Amino acid sequence: MSRPEDILPPDLFYNDNESRKYTTSSRIRNIQADMTNRALELLKLTSPSLILDVGCGSGLSGEILSQESPEDGGPHVWVGMDISPSMLDVALQREVEGDLFLADIGQGVPFRPGSFDAAISISAIQWLCNAETSDVSPEGRLKRFFEGLYASLRRGGRAVCQFYPKNDIQRSMISGAAIKAGFGAGILEDDPGTKNSKLYLVLTVGGGGLQGDITGVVNGMEDVNVLDARRKAQELKGARGRKGDKAWIMKKKEQMERKGKVVKQNSKYTGRKRRVAF
Amino acid sequence: MKVITANFVTCSVKECKTSPSAFPLHFHDAELEMQELDFQPEFIRNVLPRIDWEALRVTANELGFPSLPESKPEGEALDDEQTLKDLHRLLLETQVMEGRLICGNCSHEYVLKEGIANFLLPSHLV
Repeated sequence: MSRPEDILPPDLFYNDNESRKYTTSSRIRNIQADMTNRALELLKLTSPSLILDVGCGSGLSGEILSQESPEDGGPHVWVGMDISPSMLDVALQREVEGDLFLADIGQGVPFRPGSFDAAISISAIQWLCNAETSDVSPEGRLKRFFEGLYASLRRGGRAVCQFYPKNDIQRSMISGAAIKAGFGAGILEDDPGTKNSKLYLVLTVGGGGLQGDITGVVNGMEDVNVLDARRKAQELKGARGRKGDKAWIMKKKEQMERKGKVVKQNSKYTGRKRRVAF
Repeated sequence: MKVITANFVTCSVKECKTSPSAFPLHFHDAELEMQELDFQPEFIRNVLPRIDWEALRVTANELGFPSLPESKPEGEALDDEQTLKDLHRLLLETQVMEGRLICGNCSHEYVLKEGIANFLLPSHLV
């Protein structure tokens, strides 16, 4: 699939024509609505809150925030930022309830510390991986954005950013930048391995009873498997042991046997330490 | 732009981040519009502790509203529905449609058009 990120910068790519197409396409609207609902589920808001919508576009996701039913903790008040004037123009015509800002998220988030209860971003932050002029770098823009976002969220707040990384490098660059800014970060992947796979970067700001780990966010959710790379690495290290010890020799012998090689039978002397020889 | 948003937004120029005079941004030539929204007492109670009351008084003054009480309504005052309704009217239903927002520190002008503030900065100010 073609990536709009590779074609033009966002403010030029989403011109009047593209913005209108984007907002009227029922396929895109459905996908956006599903992703927004998923993000809201991850935010777990219990009361009407003030939310920042990063890359709000024509307000497709914001509309859902305003319409959230009181049983689910809504309706929320939101503030949207986007770099494309045409997208914001469509938002105006649709009379969305949120406040709109024409702003570049790579230039920071211009709100005072602790302003928002939560932040949400649908298909936007991968744009930060492109630098359009020589005086800015993707790393610098990501840093400005995540530092600004971190400051503008209140303690215990959460942010959920759905994004489309081009490759694993972009994926780790984005999550790395978030962690460097101070967030507790983790990635939730829906429908992994399929064409419809969706990545959600779940960010927490201090406290929130999560102890710097986002696995608590998905606790109790159905159909979610936790893959914790850190824990796995530690366990593996413990199980395999050091090279040359008994467990290692046994494993090697098993491997060779499976390959059909002739392997000496195990005895009580296998892998036993020799006496220190003078 | 709603008045509540004006109470959170700051100047986005880097040097102004540390300056106390960069907040609140000052309204000039503001044109207001009332837009009715559903009254949500829960939301007002949630957001009120985060409102900078001094800044809100300054903003309300610039927009030509009668002066607000000296201190933020707290505790029992929040059970009074009329107080909450007044706050809802000021914070959420009052919208600034046209005008300029000016930073008190660097005097950078942010233009408001049709309720949308332009916060794009030229690259030398980022």
